[in-house]
Amino acid sequence: MSIDTATAAKVAKLARIRVEEDDLPALAQEFNTILGFIEQLNEVDVEGVEPMVSVTPMRLKRRIDDVTDGNQQDKVLANAPDAREGFFAVPKVVE
Amino acid sequence: MAELNTLTIAEARDKLRAKDVTSLELTEACLNAIEGADALGAFVHHTPDLARDQAKAADARLAKGDAPNMCGIPLGIKDLFCTKGVPSQAASGILNGFKPEYESTVSQNLFDAGSVMLGKLNMDEFAMGSSNETSVYGNAVNPWRRGNEETALTPGGSSGGSASAVAADLCLGATGTDTGGSIRQPAAFVGITGIKPTYGRCSRWGIVAFASSLDQAGPMTKTVRDAAIMLETMCSHDPKDSTSADLAVPDFEAMLTGDIRGKTIGIPKEYRMDGMPDEIETLWAQGKDMLADAGAKIVDISLPHTKYALPAYYVIAPAEASSNLARYDGVRYGHRAQMAQGDGITEMYEKTRAEGFGAEVKRRVMIGTYVLSAGFYDAYYNRARRVRALIKRDFEEVFDQGVDAVLTPATPSAAFELGRETSDPVEMYLNDVFTVTVNLAGLPGIAVPTGLDKQGLPLGLQLIGRPWEEGDLLNTAYALENAAGFVAKPTKWW
Repeated sequence: MSIDTATAAKVAKLARIRVEEDDLPALAQEFNTILGFIEQLNEVDVEGVEPMVSVTPMRLKRRIDDVTDGNQQDKVLANAPDAREGFFAVPKVVE
Repeated sequence: MAELNTLTIAEARDKLRAKDVTSLELTEACLNAIEGADALGAFVHHTPDLARDQAKAADARLAKGDAPNMCGIPLGIKDLFCTKGVPSQAASGILNGFKPEYESTVSQNLFDAGSVMLGKLNMDEFAMGSSNETSVYGNAVNPWRRGNEETALTPGGSSGGSASAVAADLCLGATGTDTGGSIRQPAAFVGITGIKPTYGRCSRWGIVAFASSLDQAGPMTKTVRDAAIMLETMCSHDPKDSTSADLAVPDFEAMLTGDIRGKTIGIPKEYRMDGMPDEIETLWAQGKDMLADAGAKIVDISLPHTKYALPAYYVIAPAEASSNLARYDGVRYGHRAQMAQGDGITEMYEKTRAEGFGAEVKRRVMIGTYVLSAGFYDAYYNRARRVRALIKRDFEEVFDQGVDAVLTPATPSAAFELGRETSDPVEMYLNDVFTVTVNLAGLPGIAVPTGLDKQGLPLGLQLIGRPWEEGDLLNTAYALENAAGFVAKPTKWW
């Protein structure tokens, strides 16, 4: 399995990380190195083994569906790069 | 009297209770030590005012006479922990300026017990690294040097600042986190103790997430006893973390008898790596003898899937990271890129993340994105999760055979130099070869300083225990610590 620059560009797009055109070949090369290392997993016989879901065999707890928190709009917005009139502000997303 | 900042937690506790010292005195000693230690790059956000207020409150509590063990103890907190009103940015540019409105459960537990926070500690960005070189703050530096050389060495990573601060006596103990070895490898590189408890012992709430199925917090301390004391305070059942264990937390310190007669220690043959330095091999053999001399039974064991732990980790951890780090989008907190004319929301995301994340973080997020993408999910991610199940099964089988703990080297080498040319990212990943199995299997593991190499650098051994039996594991570590008698300290140059 070899990653070409087009695949590297696609992965960068999916990850929403801008990568300049000139940097794509080096990135593809790094992916190939890492994926080459990961390929070793193909040597393992995993027939009949279930993929691990939880490392400790415990049932996730349930809780009562109550409202236990809220009314802290100012705190929620306190770290926003751009907050206006009680909302997070972002570039226009609908025409 | 020795400088107060060089005390262990246990010594400080006893002196505080005997009214020989005050928390404020301890805190001032540490703040002084920190002030003169910029060259170590350990503390990246200083909170002296908060520390003094907490110390005064601790002294008032101590005066009343019912103070818990950790009351009045000055600590450093890894930058991965969200601390209310104090910068918490996981050593990343993307969280520049972020001041949480809430406190992580682990740091809250420590504060509830009366502990003092001196400041935030350096680390690899988002805990991704083994040398503390991916930090936006710059490198943390190991207080140890090779003989008379001045070459700057890594304190390891990702909890490099924690390791450096504790080894240099800037604080009495520090919090760390461990996803693939990030407590144990740095602890070994600086000659201190570091324990990663069983997955679920410490709440992950308020700790910036890297790989949620692997991340665990733990203490980094000068002694095994201190690790027992601090770990007990850090652990709790927390309804805010659904994977937090609803189990009673034992008095770990009370379990330190040093008596390991009749215990069975397994030596896994798969941990004998090609190209492993002789000194590590010798240290491991010495550790085996020390435990045997203390009355433990030593048995050879096999953990056949060990070789596949690192490749499985480098699928699972990046996959989880790509999902966890999707939240850094420039909308709710941290950095947002400047927009150009005509840029829409997608450009904002892409530019923000390109500017905010460092190279290693980007690499892992993209690898994670790739292994989770349509067409590859089964071949990579599901296969890695199957291999993970086999790695866990390996341990279950040896524990079923009566093994109480497994003894291995902690790291494949002593601390290496900062700035080493690394064109191959996989080379750095090999640092975690002995520690990463423990995270994949969710087990407790502890690194104990056991000796010095011929250049005078500390080396550590790792003990791996049964799930939820940190008390027993700490006791075995205590026996090893007693036998090894490691008392060396770095010579102050900073």
